[in-house]
Amino acid sequence: MAGIEDALRRFIEENFLYGESGDALGAHTSLLESGVIDSTGVLELIAHLEAAYGIRVLDDELIPENLDSIRSLASFVERKQGRRVAER
Amino acid sequence: MISKHVLDLDPEPTIDAIAGAIRRMVLEDLRRRGVVVAISGGIDSALVAALCARALGPERVVGLFLPERESSPESLVLGRRVAQWLGIDSQAVDLTPALEALGCYGQRDGAIQRVIPEYGPGWGAKLVLPPLGEHGRLNVFSIVVQPPGGQERRARLPLDSYLEIVAASNMKQRTRALVAHHHAERRHYAVAGTPNRLEYDQGFFVKGGDGLADFKPIAHLYKTQVYALAAALGVPAEVSQRPPTTDTWTLRQTEEEFYFGLPHPQLDLCLWAHNHGIPAEKAAAAIGLSPGRVEGVFRDIESKRRATRSLHLGALLVEPVDEVAAP
Repeated sequence: MAGIEDALRRFIEENFLYGESGDALGAHTSLLESGVIDSTGVLELIAHLEAAYGIRVLDDELIPENLDSIRSLASFVERKQGRRVAER
Repeated sequence: MISKHVLDLDPEPTIDAIAGAIRRMVLEDLRRRGVVVAISGGIDSALVAALCARALGPERVVGLFLPERESSPESLVLGRRVAQWLGIDSQAVDLTPALEALGCYGQRDGAIQRVIPEYGPGWGAKLVLPPLGEHGRLNVFSIVVQPPGGQERRARLPLDSYLEIVAASNMKQRTRALVAHHHAERRHYAVAGTPNRLEYDQGFFVKGGDGLADFKPIAHLYKTQVYALAAALGVPAEVSQRPPTTDTWTLRQTEEEFYFGLPHPQLDLCLWAHNHGIPAEKAAAAIGLSPGRVEGVFRDIESKRRATRSLHLGALLVEPVDEVAAP
């Protein structure tokens, strides 16, 4: 999970913090409530998750619980990847 | 404490106060001699036109009807009904040729076709948000399309298509604003904006479009209060009973479905409770929702405020120019 978290942190730094360090961004910090991403950013984030991790984010998974912090994003990706592996 | 009566108001003194404010804003602050109101056939613009007529006299109010080829025909009928009721001058301007020339329809349809290749002439379309449930929601728009005589189909929008569709559709609001300001300028009138509090607070307007008014006389009123004042002023029933619609899309679309996610009486109370610092668990019973649902609405209110903050900003400056700063 640390690998996914680090990669997601880098993606967020590059795309939403415009090069500023995201070190101050806690693993559980709400990306929406802290203003790091807005609703347009959510779309960018979903596109990134689907392209980078080979998952498909379903409509009923579009809830803050899954996508609103670096930790929840990483957990969500892991769950989705695990499910995909199990389905093979 | 919260009850459904927190939004009650005494109509006559409220109407007098708003009319006095309109006279001050138009005649003194803006130094214009009348008002242009784009009348949509909905309750908000009917109320604004009525308040302006009360404030300035009907002879100083002009109603504009701004249909385009995708507007509901009902909008023009109801708009004319409002103008007739108030005894104000009015004019219809068909925006279709301008929107065609700007590429509004073509750019939007091209972006929809990237997501749904079969989409074509005669199909209906609209944007929708996911339902506002117990878990809150992320405001990710989907497109809903329907072939002639066929079933609706829904697809989540990728970023580029979403941005293209919204930018093309917003040409409608921006063209309406262009025409409204033109007709105001040629008379030395001001343009009245028609957002209610929900719309204004939640950024339900287009910057440079319906957001570009000179003054917004009902932006402080909850929608429930808009209905109360409209009833007191005698807005025609067919106008006040029409469900709030965006009238922007070819498939029928209410504001609730497009943006707000809840019927306005409940959303008004949620917004009032949130504005007054009342926690979800204390507000829930009066609103008629579970505490978890109210908490989700509070989060959605904040989310929309963050997402639309820039809509409320004027042009930003590197340094203030105090000599001409707004008071």
